[in-house]
Amino acid sequence: MHPIVTKELTKKFGAFIATNAITFEVKEGEIFGFLGANGAGKTTAMRMLCGLLKPSSGEAKVAGFDVYTQADKVKQNIGYMSQRFSLYEDLKVKENIRFYGGIYGLSNNTIKEKTKQLLQKLQMEAEADQLVSALPLGWKQKLAFSVAILHDPSIVFLDEPTGGVDPVTRRQFWDLIYEAAGRGVTVFVTTHYMDEAEYCDRISIMVDGRIQALDTPRQLKAQFQADSMDDVFLKLARGK
Amino acid sequence: METPIVVQDVHKSFGKVKALHDISFTVNEGELFGLIGPDGAGKSTLFRILTTLLLADKGQATVNGLDVVKDYKAIRKIVGYMPGRFSLYQDLTVQENLDFFATIFNTTVAANYELIEEIYVQIAPFKDRPAGKLSGGMKQKLALCCALVHKPVVLFLDEPTTGVDPVSRKEFWEMLQRLRKKGIAILVSTPYMDEAMLCDRVALIQNGRLLEIDTPQHIIEQYNKPMWAVHAKRMYPLIQDLRSFPETESCYAFGEYLHLTLKHGEADLDKLQAYLQPKGHEEFSMHPIQAGIEDCFMELMKSEKV
Repeated sequence: MHPIVTKELTKKFGAFIATNAITFEVKEGEIFGFLGANGAGKTTAMRMLCGLLKPSSGEAKVAGFDVYTQADKVKQNIGYMSQRFSLYEDLKVKENIRFYGGIYGLSNNTIKEKTKQLLQKLQMEAEADQLVSALPLGWKQKLAFSVAILHDPSIVFLDEPTGGVDPVTRRQFWDLIYEAAGRGVTVFVTTHYMDEAEYCDRISIMVDGRIQALDTPRQLKAQFQADSMDDVFLKLARGK
Repeated sequence: METPIVVQDVHKSFGKVKALHDISFTVNEGELFGLIGPDGAGKSTLFRILTTLLLADKGQATVNGLDVVKDYKAIRKIVGYMPGRFSLYQDLTVQENLDFFATIFNTTVAANYELIEEIYVQIAPFKDRPAGKLSGGMKQKLALCCALVHKPVVLFLDEPTTGVDPVSRKEFWEMLQRLRKKGIAILVSTPYMDEAMLCDRVALIQNGRLLEIDTPQHIIEQYNKPMWAVHAKRMYPLIQDLRSFPETESCYAFGEYLHLTLKHGEADLDKLQAYLQPKGHEEFSMHPIQAGIEDCFMELMKSEKV
């Protein structure tokens, strides 16, 4: 079963078609890059896939659940992390873990167990009682990612997870992504860093509400006779 | 003509956090000067000090020869400032925002229209739309127009391209190049390393300290270690293997390739070959390359920590 399957998925706001009949699927354990210019319809598409916005027409199944009729099931079975909002700055590290564990309906025992594992893995045991606001940005991000997959979802959505982060931390974050994908977690990621697009197994590029290209980075570069993903992006998004 | 920006030994702390430590640099006339560094490096704090919105703990700074403490009123009249967060009136239209800022500075949109024309024509079709309803790229163009409407001598742009897609980013930098040619000195900050190459000079900043101030070309030339671009079909196992190789100094992912430096440079190549041989990486390739600005930044970050 593919974690994401869409068919002609469309969202209209009045006369404006934000997402225009997109059809694609994401395979299990795949790192799928979802690219597009500002205003191309990425956020709208992502909100539909996360069960937050009802489509106007078309079909979509995420983690095996229908986004129209089982939106709550979708929400329970995915992970989500955005750059802007992911952790509560005024809660302690362990309180954030407990909070998200509770939201996802994990039992107290499971939360306890998971908290221990997670802190150990991130080597943050000493910081368990610190406020998140006091953590360096790189740590926050690792924690945010780990919390987003605390409930072992089969798929995690990452919305510009690395914006504004220093080059070393940005790469350490991708190590986490690779590691999760290696364990079979499907990763759906948006980014404005075109070098990061190269790390994805496959990439889709949205232009004006449509998916204009979808393939491996290597194939896309061959198809558009470009040296880099940056070139591919500029050719596609500018070639209106 | 006064030097547009002079910063000398500026320090600023917030409680225990040292936001800026001993910052000194100069921005010359007509120069496009980049402040390059990640979130939390201290970029916005420096912008606030230079635009007279925040007092430094120590040190001096002048903008167009005016002191940021004593002459703050005069400075506010001659600088354009685009803060990191969108700070226009969301419920006013494009036209109303522009008129508002022109009026505040005792001028009219018509008086300096020549300066903003090129940018304004792109948002003119939306002039009756509330600013809050514009797309990200459009908001930025409007914010830039509002920062230019009184024909400033120095322009401060705090992360104008953060969260903006590569196409809009490119357009924005093209606009900056043209403004620079009109003689406006520009201090611009960005977390995108590739944008450093578009500046005349850059200061690399991390944890409140300047790591380097130079032309981007010169920073790259100073990187003197041999570096290789390495590729294989499956990159994650490759990166893990290379990091476990005892002679590896650094190994980072860079798009399609890994950038690799070795402790003893070329002398380690035979050992590396012998090490990788039995691992059987498919479609393996390796070739020497010149380091880029991001490689240099990471190298400088490392020496900073020691």
